Amino acid sequence: MAKNTKIPKIPRTPKLAKTPTGISGLDEITFGGLPTGRPTLVCGTAGCGKTLFSLEFIIRGAMDYNEPGVFMAFEEKAHELATNVASLGFDLRTLEEQKLIKLDYVHIDKSEIAETGEYNLDGLFIRLGYAIDSIGAKRVVLDTIENLFSGLSNQGILRAEIRRLFQWLKEKGVTAVITGERDGPSLTRQGLEEYVSDCVILLDHRVIDQISTRRLRVVKYRGSLHGTNEYPFLIDEDGISVLPVTSLNLDKPVSTQRISSGIRSLDTMLTEGGFYKGSSVLVSGTAGTGKTSVAASFVNAACERKEKCLFFAFEESPQQIIRNMKSIGMDLQKHLDKGMLQFYASRPTLYGLEMHLVAIHKAIRKFKPKIVVLDPITNLITVGSVSEVKSMLVRLIDFFQSEQITVMFTALSLNTIVNEQTDEGVSSLVDAWILIRDIESNGERNKGLYIMKSRGMPHSNQVREFVISENGLDLVDVYLGPEGVLTGSARMQQMLQEETGAVLHTHALSRKDREIIRKRTMLEAKIESLRSEFESAEEELNKVYVEEDIKKAVMEENRKKMTELRKGNARDILPTKKNRK
Amino acid sequence: MSDSSNGENQTDEEFYILRLFVSGTSPNSVRAINNLKIICENHLKGRHELEIIDIHQQPLLVRNEDVTAVPMLIKKSPLPKRRLVGDMSEKDKVLKGLGLV
Repeated sequence: MAKNTKIPKIPRTPKLAKTPTGISGLDEITFGGLPTGRPTLVCGTAGCGKTLFSLEFIIRGAMDYNEPGVFMAFEEKAHELATNVASLGFDLRTLEEQKLIKLDYVHIDKSEIAETGEYNLDGLFIRLGYAIDSIGAKRVVLDTIENLFSGLSNQGILRAEIRRLFQWLKEKGVTAVITGERDGPSLTRQGLEEYVSDCVILLDHRVIDQISTRRLRVVKYRGSLHGTNEYPFLIDEDGISVLPVTSLNLDKPVSTQRISSGIRSLDTMLTEGGFYKGSSVLVSGTAGTGKTSVAASFVNAACERKEKCLFFAFEESPQQIIRNMKSIGMDLQKHLDKGMLQFYASRPTLYGLEMHLVAIHKAIRKFKPKIVVLDPITNLITVGSVSEVKSMLVRLIDFFQSEQITVMFTALSLNTIVNEQTDEGVSSLVDAWILIRDIESNGERNKGLYIMKSRGMPHSNQVREFVISENGLDLVDVYLGPEGVLTGSARMQQMLQEETGAVLHTHALSRKDREIIRKRTMLEAKIESLRSEFESAEEELNKVYVEEDIKKAVMEENRKKMTELRKGNARDILPTKKNRK
Repeated sequence: MSDSSNGENQTDEEFYILRLFVSGTSPNSVRAINNLKIICENHLKGRHELEIIDIHQQPLLVRNEDVTAVPMLIKKSPLPKRRLVGDMSEKDKVLKGLGLV
């Protein structure tokens, strides 16, 4: 929304007083309303909504701002007016009885009138003056004063009188709206803009490609800032709503709170459980990849969390969506019954792009949702050019951000080149972009889901297979093998194959293990026998050594004894024995 | 300011009921009153009723009679109802408007 920021002018100069019109959106564009106590010219071609504009100005003034108003009609009779606005829910009769509104129908029929000399419009002044004074009116509408020119022929007098009338209205201090029919290059047929120069508002009704769009532009506004663009406006059961192009200032509050996407595995991919609150998410993909299902599951999760959701369906009817989502295990009907969910379905071709924007704005302001889904934005392209759609979406995203609404767009991409931007070029504007892509192989189509971007959070860079079953949506890790990315039945097959392989492998392993154990025991036994053999051999060897020693000793002894005996020296025998001990 | 005579209703001599709305004593209004009086004297003698109304005095009547430009003369009878605006200085147009030509 536009901020009420006024550029400070020269200090101490009283600011131009403004009278709020009560027409939604217009007061934002004009930064407060129409100039108080001055006349404003509202002009446009036939059927552009001038009379309704002026009537709403009077009625809103009477109802919302306690400013009684006089409506002087030169075209329609009072009861016709009352009937016309009754369809908008305004009760003119009651307001008239409450002395908040006074209607006066001025009828001038050329066939009934003959001019016989000089005259002036004092009669009109008296009537208007009387009407203003009788209810203390602050607002006046003259619709359409130019009709005087068709009834009276003396242009000189009329022009002078109209100039006097506007001067007189200014003196009276009433805020006036004068309507004028647009004709050719000039704003009004009789050049009323010459007389009313404080504020001029132009209404326009254009038909492009058989679709009509109403637009409003503040052509001039003396002494005040005003939005200069053409603003689309909508006439519906609540009267006029003007859509101010939201200022694209990037100072929106941001949240670090996460909200679940409704698909647990997707939340895991996004780390820490989902999208940021108040962010914008784009889900794009080719036809039949389940974009609506992703959106529905997002909505479903939000409704379960007791957050209000608004679902704009541009393709399917609400009943269709509910039925279709039931088949994948989501009951949207119960959320609808509880009032947590609301559908807003309309064909894109129903009205122009700007009208859609206004309608979306209105619906959001009314329902105040936390989550909004637009499914799909690509259908809007049928009613506008690419750049128009983009500018609309920019404004929409901006609006959602300022309202802290998390929004999910779905977009149909027409080809499958991954790096392709979406047709609307919104991918640069959104905070998160999820792409669902067909992966075609082995005679089947499967869906691969990627997170193309997700601002401000680490996220998985992997391709997951997106599976829709009667239990809902899920993401499965795709098989990344030597043969590339496998999905669907190929993935299943590969997985089975792997499983078989694994079983066989373990079997082979255990057999080998057993063999090793066997071999080991065998070898160990062998080692044991060798060892005992070695021991016995060792023992044998030892035995030989000992025997040899004993033998040697004994032989020595014997030899000595023999020597002793041979010499016959008995005395030598004893000391020898002693020494040995 | 009424001048009436009853009774003699001839076929082509209808009775006229006229209402003249004027704005106080503005030059236009004064001229209109004078011009109209002369015309009535000359053409409608004895068979008309002229009511002169100051719009400042009777604003409600102004609205009810749907008066915009002044001076305005409304021929209420005989039908068709006609309105003449201006100071009645163009006599031919006034006579034509009143159906007296």
